[in-house]
Amino acid sequence: MDMETQNSIHVENLNVYAGKHQILKDINIDIPKNKITVILGPSGCGKTTLLKCMNRLTDLYPELKVTGKVMIEDKNVLEAGEDIVKLRQHMGLLSQRPYPLPMTIYNNIAYALRLRGVKKRRDMNKQVVHYLQMASLWDEVKNRLREPASHLSIGQQQRLCLARGLAVNPEIILADEPTSALDPISSQYIEEKFQQLKDEYTIVLVTHVLRQAARIADYVIFMYLGEVIEQGTVKEVLENPKMERTKLYLKGAFN
Amino acid sequence: MTGKKIEETVFKVLMVIATYFILAILAIIIYTIFAKGVKALSWEMLTSVPQGGYYYGKGGGILNAILGSLSLAFGATLLAFLLGLPVALYINVFLVRRKKIVIVIRFILDLIWGIPSIVYGAFGFSMMIFLGIQTSLLAGMITVTLFILPIMIRSMDEILRTVPVGLTEASYALGSNKSETAFRIFTRQTVSGIITAILLSFGRGIGDAASVLFTAGYTDHLPNSLMEPVATLPLSIFFQLSSPVPAVQDRAYASALVLTLLILLVSLFSRGLGKRYHKTKINF
Repeated sequence: MDMETQNSIHVENLNVYAGKHQILKDINIDIPKNKITVILGPSGCGKTTLLKCMNRLTDLYPELKVTGKVMIEDKNVLEAGEDIVKLRQHMGLLSQRPYPLPMTIYNNIAYALRLRGVKKRRDMNKQVVHYLQMASLWDEVKNRLREPASHLSIGQQQRLCLARGLAVNPEIILADEPTSALDPISSQYIEEKFQQLKDEYTIVLVTHVLRQAARIADYVIFMYLGEVIEQGTVKEVLENPKMERTKLYLKGAFN
Repeated sequence: MTGKKIEETVFKVLMVIATYFILAILAIIIYTIFAKGVKALSWEMLTSVPQGGYYYGKGGGILNAILGSLSLAFGATLLAFLLGLPVALYINVFLVRRKKIVIVIRFILDLIWGIPSIVYGAFGFSMMIFLGIQTSLLAGMITVTLFILPIMIRSMDEILRTVPVGLTEASYALGSNKSETAFRIFTRQTVSGIITAILLSFGRGIGDAASVLFTAGYTDHLPNSLMEPVATLPLSIFFQLSSPVPAVQDRAYASALVLTLLILLVSLFSRGLGKRYHKTKINF
């Protein structure tokens, strides 16, 4: 990474334990601003846990013990206490499968806007349209805004979740294998969207799909069994890996 | 037949027998209530209060008990809902990291669920003496509230447990705090289940005799104040059934029929209400 690059997230000596089992071991990484950083690795290597440490969703899992530092905007997420609620609004989340809120399509976006403090009806309407357009969903739902979000297809639901995540006006998008439940066309949609969004957002994408990483990553962090094995640009990690384990994974995935 | 097929057949037969056995018993109860009750049921019975000598076969009706039971059960269910929903949400949203405390709370609730209603009645009665309140609608309502609270809380608790963790994560990731997650997301996702919990509690509350025996009292008048005694259907059934006159015993069955139909009506109404919200639920 060159010195010019600004970092958006800085992770230092992060360790996560589940009882006696250590899920993440001494993670030290920097996520550069306005780039797509892909966290790559086989299933069960701790990618998702690492992502959840960034917005402290680890709080929901009583068995997890987290130590270290996750710095966002000069604040340590892990020690933010109740300020985490505000800090989370700096990060939009897209999960493995879409979880629309149990309300109408319109209200899914409006809920996020209200959390951000939008109150006036007219602003609300305008912004709902804006964010649905941003996620390329508007044309498909403009006549059914009052329908429950559950009526949408999975691909549409994932774009709704993207729109909802953008509506809280984050700087960072955390995506946890966001295309794994989607059909190829919807997946492509999301990938293209990420390419467009990276000018304004910092994107952290977790995936085990090597080809996806190769397609859209600027930076790659390769993880194996809870450790970061290698990190760098796509060229460095995917084309000229230095570590034996990275080479093996790349080879295995291609064969 | 192979061993596996025999096993499959044996268990299927067992399940079928168990299911239809239970259904048959319920059918017999309902048939008895219907058969004996319908002939005694009359318009007068539904629309008037007991006249002098009602319990010995003279004219009148059970309107006092119908209205008494309805006001008592609605009041108690409302109170139990207002007290119970926050408890169930607290357990499921605020205490997720305190597993041991949650286990203890659930254990205690399950335990007090099993306490017989007469104990609640006695407890309510001693509270009334302590506070200097007479048998009244209010005292009955509070006692029934205590009696149905564990049912209300635990059935809402069980339904709130089904909220997928992914939905909770989605809510927090947007920057909702815990109470927003509880009241705006959890309740919406589980509306139909919450209505079932309310119904279950209402059914228990309106059908119970022992908890209201000492606390709500009994009267032949219509309920007109929170501080005066009220009649209830279960007690009305009990008094009519204890009468030596066969015609009055038949009226007891008619009253049981009224109680059954009331519960049925309330069920159908709230199921319809639940359906309206059911469609926004996210199915996972």
